[in-house]
Amino acid sequence: MEGREVIAEAGHYALVLALGLALVQSFVPILGVRWGDPALMNVARSTALAQLLFVASSFTALVTLHVTSDFSVVNVFENSHSLKPLIYKITGVWGNHEGSMLLWVLILALFGGLVAAFGNNLPLSLRAHVLAVQAWIAGAFYLFILITSNPFLRIADPPIEGRDLNPVLQDFGLAVHPPMLYLGYVGFSISFSFAIAALLEGRIDAAWARWVRPWTLMAWIFLTLGIAMGSYWAYYELGWGGWWFWDPVENASLMPWLAGTALLHSALVMEKRNALKVWTILLSILTFSLSLLGTFLVRSGVLTSVHAFASDPTRGVFILLILCVFIGGSLSLFAGRASSLKQGGLFAPISREGALVLNNLFLTTACATVFIGTLYPLALEVLTGDKISVGAPFFNLTFGPLFVPLMIAVPFGPMLAWKRGDLLGAAQRLLAAGVAALIAIAIAWAWASGGSALAPLAIGLAIFVIAGAVSDLVERMGLFRNPLSISFRRALGLPRSAWGSAFAHAGIGIALIGIVCETTWNSEFIGTMKPNDVIPFSGYQLKLDSLSQRQGPNYRELVASFIVSLDGEKLAVMTPSKRNFTTRGGASTTEAALLTRGVSQLYISLGDTTADGGITLRIYHKPLVLLIWFGPVLMAFGGVLSLSDRRLRVGAPKPARALRGLQAAE
Amino acid sequence: MTRKQRRLTMIGCALVVLGFAAGLVLYALRDSIVFFSTPSMAAEQHIAPGKRFRLGGLVQPGSLVCGGSQISFEVADGGAKLPVTYKGLLPDLFREGQGVIAEGALDASGTFRADTVLAKHDENYMPKDVADALKKQGHWKDDYDKKLAENIKGASCAHGGS
Repeated sequence: MEGREVIAEAGHYALVLALGLALVQSFVPILGVRWGDPALMNVARSTALAQLLFVASSFTALVTLHVTSDFSVVNVFENSHSLKPLIYKITGVWGNHEGSMLLWVLILALFGGLVAAFGNNLPLSLRAHVLAVQAWIAGAFYLFILITSNPFLRIADPPIEGRDLNPVLQDFGLAVHPPMLYLGYVGFSISFSFAIAALLEGRIDAAWARWVRPWTLMAWIFLTLGIAMGSYWAYYELGWGGWWFWDPVENASLMPWLAGTALLHSALVMEKRNALKVWTILLSILTFSLSLLGTFLVRSGVLTSVHAFASDPTRGVFILLILCVFIGGSLSLFAGRASSLKQGGLFAPISREGALVLNNLFLTTACATVFIGTLYPLALEVLTGDKISVGAPFFNLTFGPLFVPLMIAVPFGPMLAWKRGDLLGAAQRLLAAGVAALIAIAIAWAWASGGSALAPLAIGLAIFVIAGAVSDLVERMGLFRNPLSISFRRALGLPRSAWGSAFAHAGIGIALIGIVCETTWNSEFIGTMKPNDVIPFSGYQLKLDSLSQRQGPNYRELVASFIVSLDGEKLAVMTPSKRNFTTRGGASTTEAALLTRGVSQLYISLGDTTADGGITLRIYHKPLVLLIWFGPVLMAFGGVLSLSDRRLRVGAPKPARALRGLQAAE
Repeated sequence: MTRKQRRLTMIGCALVVLGFAAGLVLYALRDSIVFFSTPSMAAEQHIAPGKRFRLGGLVQPGSLVCGGSQISFEVADGGAKLPVTYKGLLPDLFREGQGVIAEGALDASGTFRADTVLAKHDENYMPKDVADALKKQGHWKDDYDKKLAENIKGASCAHGGS
């Protein structure tokens, strides 16, 4: 008991120490750069690693408290229960405001530690600056946690039992979704720090982009997976069968993703052609600012949203302050210093660079419309008091039309040469992809027999993007022009980043097919069934076999058992359930049952029982729905391939290049 | 092309895209936003039948009638009440006496036909719009949420199961 008594205090203390280290790291390395003192500059490396150690200890302490169900700690009392399964005791650590902020700073410290540990080939002053900026961010958030959201607070009179975690959050999705999302959000802090460091140093060149790109790519991969995870989680856990609601919290993660995707592409231009420097710096700042904004929206409770499980105005004001200081500060620094950065290589509008600029233009504009749709209601409420909600129709109307030209342009980009491209040549090489798209449109049109013209066109667009990615690889391999053995050798010789971008681009196309098919051709049944009732649905026969009660570790559940058959042949048994959590005042969750057939799914979610022994339910057939998440996974896989490219390893340039260092760019 | 011309081309392109986006945003904002009202606000404003809005308030205890997937209840805010009909499944946390937001429109008889019903998400969380509206009308008590959690186990459409 004695040992357990001090865990919370130790965790708290470790966090205070981390704050102290962050303060040291905030200015000592910068003084070192000013005075040209390598010893002072190197302080950052040790403090960053020590910070990681202390924050990790602090986090471990909180996990331990949750696992051992120490209800004398408020955070554990409010979010845990001794009967909760171990996995949810652990994931419950970040299922609440305080714990998730601790996870946030842990990941921030992790990235700082990674830069410190693997940044040996960075110029000393750049590393010192980057780590100092990381420490500013970290310091602000340590303060935030310690002042407004201390997870280690004790209760004077410890209760015997906790109040349990919100049942909706007791799910495996929660184990993975927030850490992934935070790895993405917080990962962009690295490109932000590099951008600020470049502005502080007043110089930037292609090597800078080579250092920044792997970090950005890593953050992007995690964010992509995190968003996809979150979407799939909402799909199966919330029981509405929806996978994207344009909820402000979802938008909060989509905005940094859009900006981050733009950043990945503009950093490419900067690395290869030494152009778009100022823009890349600005994007780095904006991307992380949007991550901070996301943190603010989610953590301050300003939103009416399914995600807002915290609301406390002092926190909101504190994060808003952090937001203003960082965004305002970095943008002023940018305004003051950007003009001193030398402009780089020239390029014609029709060129690889031009295509990437177009990509950036559409991505950032799309991001801006999401920004407006998300913040306009808040602004309007503050200014006029009117309460409005901006829902899916707004985003479909604005985001959709902006994404169409972007998707059309995607296959052209990799086909164009740097500096000056040949649009006609690219179009010729995309002829096969265009034909494939037309065939797809025709087939989709015929199969859907009339109806909305939009869906077949969108499918054609998706096929064009996928076939375009394939054509790019075919071109590079010289397939069909050379003997197969030569093509094969070429394929092996292709840089992994080429494969990476092809996979990522194909991924968008695949996701688009899923989105279009699911939204256009899904079918839905809402009604009441009694045991032994049979209904025909989308070609299947569904029989409600039985309704029974079952006892889980911290809930009771009503389980319905459905026999699904196709043409009289039994396919599977589906068992959706409705859980009643005795620990949370009878709060209940719906556990939908999913039957996967290929990449389509049958989805059953239960409603309430009726007085005559039946049950209300929703049944959906979702054609090709899994492609919606398979696409992002493929995109992330492309990112990983690209990351594994030897030219792009984390800690990037080879020593020979590092020696050349950063050239002054006055 | 000179550097200047190239820059102008790029800026021109950017302006075209931004203008297009701004047009879309303005158009969409005019047509696809939905206002929020409470029953008393709806009574004051004489909202026309068929105009979509979000109705927020508390589910009036004793008003819930469940007929399979056809459900009716009343939403109250202390000042006024509005009957609501809804076809579909209610969210898990829907209870009498608790906060709710319904989206839909009034029909000719003055009944609110909802196509979406959102309930508060756990016992600590009241839809913010509802809480604000109740506060404004003086029907808010600081410990409202807690009291609900402790005392009121309002009826839901569930039978036997709970």
